[in-house]
Amino acid sequence: MDSAVLGKDTVLAALPENRALSSLLAWKAEAVLDATYDRKELTITIARDEIRGACQTLKNAGYNFFEDVTCVDWYPTEPRFQITYHLLSHSLKERVRLICPVESIDPSIDSITSIWPAANFYEREVWDLFGVRFHGHPELRRIMMPEEWEGHPLRKDYPVEGYR
Amino acid sequence: MPKAPELAEFVETSTLLKARPEEGAKDRTMVLNMGPQHPSTHGVLRLVIEIDGETVLKVVPDIGYLHTGIEKTCEAKFYQQVVPLTDRIDYLCPMTNNLAYCLAVEKLLQLEIPDRAQWLRVLLNELTRLNSHLVWLGTHAMDIGALTVFLYCFREREEILRIFEHVSGQRMMTSYFRVGGLSLEPPIDFFDRVRRFIKVMPEKIDEYENLLTGNPIFINRLKGVGYLSPEDAISLGVTGPPLRASGVDWDLRRDMPYSSYEKFQFKVPVSNDGDVWARYLVRIQEMRESVKIVEQALEGMPEGRITADAPKVVLPDREKMKTQMESLIYHFKIVTEGFTVPAGQVYQAVESPRGEMGYYVVSDGTAKPYRVHMRNPSFATLQALQTMCAGRLIADVVAVIGSIDIVLGEIDR
Repeated sequence: MDSAVLGKDTVLAALPENRALSSLLAWKAEAVLDATYDRKELTITIARDEIRGACQTLKNAGYNFFEDVTCVDWYPTEPRFQITYHLLSHSLKERVRLICPVESIDPSIDSITSIWPAANFYEREVWDLFGVRFHGHPELRRIMMPEEWEGHPLRKDYPVEGYR
Repeated sequence: MPKAPELAEFVETSTLLKARPEEGAKDRTMVLNMGPQHPSTHGVLRLVIEIDGETVLKVVPDIGYLHTGIEKTCEAKFYQQVVPLTDRIDYLCPMTNNLAYCLAVEKLLQLEIPDRAQWLRVLLNELTRLNSHLVWLGTHAMDIGALTVFLYCFREREEILRIFEHVSGQRMMTSYFRVGGLSLEPPIDFFDRVRRFIKVMPEKIDEYENLLTGNPIFINRLKGVGYLSPEDAISLGVTGPPLRASGVDWDLRRDMPYSSYEKFQFKVPVSNDGDVWARYLVRIQEMRESVKIVEQALEGMPEGRITADAPKVVLPDREKMKTQMESLIYHFKIVTEGFTVPAGQVYQAVESPRGEMGYYVVSDGTAKPYRVHMRNPSFATLQALQTMCAGRLIADVVAVIGSIDIVLGEIDR
């Protein structure tokens, strides 16, 4: 069983060839909070305010395809929300996961729709189901639930069977 | 109850239902509502279309009519109880969803899956692809006006569904894959039946092509319609056949192989035209390649177990359960308490008939997934509708929707 590699320096030592981590560190080392290499998947933790720059850096480094953005609610711990991005490189045949911790006092983050328009629906979905806002999103309205719905169903404090 | 944050600050009231006479000379524009109940939207999709005469200016999809909160339900189930939910996401390719989910959980558990199970999974996945493409071809041709093809396609699809019923007991919601392998050894005559089917399938594909590929009406309806450039396809997150029809040579089965796909020889059809016609040709070629993969899987099917050697995860054999105390205990524990999965997060993507189907599973070390997220191909492809339809005739919208082969169940989840 492979064990996980934790910490950005250890991961960098274990994966010196990896373009995602090295380009992010070269761009702004203080924006990279942490890195994990677990089950052959690289996860990089980015400071919340730096996500747009980090995505642009990775796009320039060859991670050309945006796959997914979603959220994990770690209620009741803080930072409560973890926004997860999956980016793919067609040329390197590699995937990288970015995660951003977001505090529940201000659940918002920069939108990356200016870099990948594909993020549009995904960010609307995160807003709809988790209530995390995206600054600079062109049309942030609910996508799954009706417009007049109250609450955000995928939050952990929202009951599975809903409010009756 | 937590109060929803104010919407008004971030969201302008939707301008969907108003015509926009203020913009230039477009005082003749009108807004047309298409769906949610419309035969050519392939489900419950609502499109709000702004038209100027017959020309489409803007298409805004309105989705969510089939939202059933599957991701939320997953969080309340044991890991093995999620498998039947994954079928219901995309009802045309249940096995692909099963596979993506099982691979993700197996990655979390770091399980080794025996070769036979992996090959059977590949075989069934390619049959699923044929099944899904047959439905697509039938309904797409029917939207265009070629009614006969629909009956031909469903004739072959029926045989695939019978094979599924034979192997899993269910025609559509198969739930045949388990975390750690498969639920049962396939029945004795399963392989013969698949062999018989796969032998006639290339002729049947010729038959469809005879009806469509040289048909001038069909060609005129499809050629040059719904163009999507490779740059747009990538920036809009389009995957699968529409991406390959736009000239991007990317197939997860070949480029990031999973479940022994690296042991199979197949071509990835690519076209540079980027229109509806190219998507048609790419999918037809894919069907032929799927037939080849199934043939290879039948020929080289390894012997051995169909479940991993992990007694704490995989249910024991029925016989052992009746004779061995230990197996009985494991059985009892798995069924009543589930199995625990080490903490971590994984993302597993597979090439579904519609594109990249990815499962993001987060575990907190308990027997229930902390979060399951599905990255669905149709969801992203739907965003490209505006690019493909703008400036074209309203009748082309129907052709474009057919060509991206959306399944609303997986968009809304």
